[in-house]
Amino acid sequence: MSAPAVRWSPGGFVPPETRARIRAFSDAHRSMSILVAMSVVSLLMILLPHVPPLSFLSTATPWYDSFANAGTFMLLAMGLNIVVGLTGLLDLGYAAFFAIGSYAYAFSNSPFSHQNLPFFPMLIVGAAIAALFGIALGAPTLRLRGDYLAIMTLGFGEIVPIVFLNLDKWTKGTNGISGIYRPEPLPILGEFTPITSFNYMVVMLFVVTVAMMLIYRLQDSRIGRAWVAIREDELAAAANGINTVVTKLLAFALGATLSGFAGVFNASKLTIVSPDQFYFTVSFTVMAMVIIGGMGNIWGVAAGAFVVYMIQAVLLKQVNAIVELLNVPAFNLGPIQVNLGAINFLEYQYLLYGLALVAMMLKRPEGLFPSSARRAELHTIVAPEVATAVGALGETPGADEDLGGDPGEAVP
Amino acid sequence: MTDVLQAHNVTKRFGGLLAVHDVNFTIPEGSIVSLIGPNGAGKTTFFNIIAGIYDPTGGEIRFRGTRVIARTRRAWIEPLLWVLPALVVGVGTWIVGQSGVDDLVVALGIFLSVVALMIAMVIGVARPPAYNRFLGRFGVFRSARPNDMVVAGLGRTFQNIRLFQNMTAVDNVLVGMHCRLKATWIDALLSTPRDRREEAQARERALELLDLADLRDRAGELAKNLPYGDQRRLEIARALGSNPVLLLLDEPTAGMNPRETGDLTKLIGRLRHDLGLTILLIEHDMRVVMGISDRVTVLDHGERIAEGTPDEVRRDPKVIEAYLGSPAS
Repeated sequence: MSAPAVRWSPGGFVPPETRARIRAFSDAHRSMSILVAMSVVSLLMILLPHVPPLSFLSTATPWYDSFANAGTFMLLAMGLNIVVGLTGLLDLGYAAFFAIGSYAYAFSNSPFSHQNLPFFPMLIVGAAIAALFGIALGAPTLRLRGDYLAIMTLGFGEIVPIVFLNLDKWTKGTNGISGIYRPEPLPILGEFTPITSFNYMVVMLFVVTVAMMLIYRLQDSRIGRAWVAIREDELAAAANGINTVVTKLLAFALGATLSGFAGVFNASKLTIVSPDQFYFTVSFTVMAMVIIGGMGNIWGVAAGAFVVYMIQAVLLKQVNAIVELLNVPAFNLGPIQVNLGAINFLEYQYLLYGLALVAMMLKRPEGLFPSSARRAELHTIVAPEVATAVGALGETPGADEDLGGDPGEAVP
Repeated sequence: MTDVLQAHNVTKRFGGLLAVHDVNFTIPEGSIVSLIGPNGAGKTTFFNIIAGIYDPTGGEIRFRGTRVIARTRRAWIEPLLWVLPALVVGVGTWIVGQSGVDDLVVALGIFLSVVALMIAMVIGVARPPAYNRFLGRFGVFRSARPNDMVVAGLGRTFQNIRLFQNMTAVDNVLVGMHCRLKATWIDALLSTPRDRREEAQARERALELLDLADLRDRAGELAKNLPYGDQRRLEIARALGSNPVLLLLDEPTAGMNPRETGDLTKLIGRLRHDLGLTILLIEHDMRVVMGISDRVTVLDHGERIAEGTPDEVRRDPKVIEAYLGSPAS
């Protein structure tokens, strides 16, 4: 075995002792460290758009706007991470719960439904409705495993937007429900208007911080252990007293809850919901964020979602603007005529996801910000004694009936 | 002495293969009982039936006096019971809707009926004990699932080690203790004092169990990085996490060298002596079997061919035939 290559990691420039001390502290005081870290992040988000590199590109408001949108995706990614990263259930229809949260808010707060319910309670109600649908989907399907579950969730993810599309009478079909009321004014920050994205960003930061704290608590509890155990070996988990169905259902419901939060927030911010916001591309984007961020690592996934969203929504737009600014003349590349100015780089975002995912799987399968356990899992140094043990395993006498866990086999 | 487990005429058929055929079997409390037999004799299948993984084709198993595993009976009633509340609400709404009320009331009725169906389904999938008792009133019987058996007091290990590879040794044991911990997900979210206290106690207990298995100094290591013998013992420690009454060990010394085998045999003796466990052992190593068993049962081709003390079994001509073949005539 060759020595493992030195790999870039986000804390690579901090001395190991300091890192160990920080890790020990953050393990012992999880919620406090999240609070501190998120406060720092919040301060940076508030201040950075006012200082040169960012302030050159645009005024502060668009930055706040994109930060708030990135927050939506951070919530989605953290929710999907519970289902895919911690519990190991491949959910390809995650956008469905996002849609349900969004429509729940649209029904409660629009001229179309003649309702105007308060925003913050609706945040909870929308999330609860999404959770109910999570349970409704999970209860009959969670006995399936692996690919079969993925196909079921994929179907659900397709069905939900189509239902919203075709329930013309209640959802106005393709047009969607528009003119959704914005949240009521906040005490100090004042009104929510299109030009005060700052408010949305503050609310989002608050929700993300609380969500992150709660998910970390779950992960460190007996529930979190049960999730990871199910991911590792479902049959062994059941044979050790874990009610796998209930535990998986809980993961599904909590994932849907976070999606519901994101949906309500998204609807109140965009003020319009239509079925085309929730097609498979959203599920796919969130899945890509989870994988790129570092599946299973909560803060890593949130950071990954932020980075990916910023690349997709801000960087590509800026590339367009820069190319336009440079005004590169069209040139011939062999038989192909290239006109950089005419390319809309935003259209290439899915190509970029694809390339990023391929590169990721080849070079860094644990993601950009993996947890230490996951990194160890994918870059193991095989100890000599383990190597001999594997040899011994090969000649285990009496390999009778093996309890093979076929995918799709219903768990008793 | 009472019996921890009684199996009556247990049969399991996989298609045309009769894996276990009419096996009768009892495990007295506090004893070490071994199940031996040539490869493919149905030992592990029998084990998996006891552990709740396979439903038997026939027969029944009583665990600590209660019938826990038998053939499913009247299962068709169950989905009917799920649909019933939703149907009642739905039909009620329809009748009310006929008399021309507000659309909103009808919508509410439909919503309630869907919610009723969902609640019924979730209870049905989760299968809490009260639900099982409720089903019992309609004559429905469904075998206990693996996790129900653990709650009832059965611990097991696997023939091919099935640890949670990417969890630390202590976390593996904590997973084993899962069903004895009381903290709910709400406790975990709020990080209540009760939850934190319980977690600290659980961790301490897990370390004690690791100590028992001589793994104390390996507590923080990932399970997959442990040497083979340690992995075997960690599996036992994990099974002990749920405070079982009966421990099923599926070939615990497979692939071990003589010294490791000796250590493990001592550990099994300690488990009975110190923890008062009853142990059912599947084992190929005859020194282990003959050394620690009180009773030995021999299976061949799914049938019980002998039962008795180690000495009796050793001399039984049928056993000798099963292992060595019949003498040439």
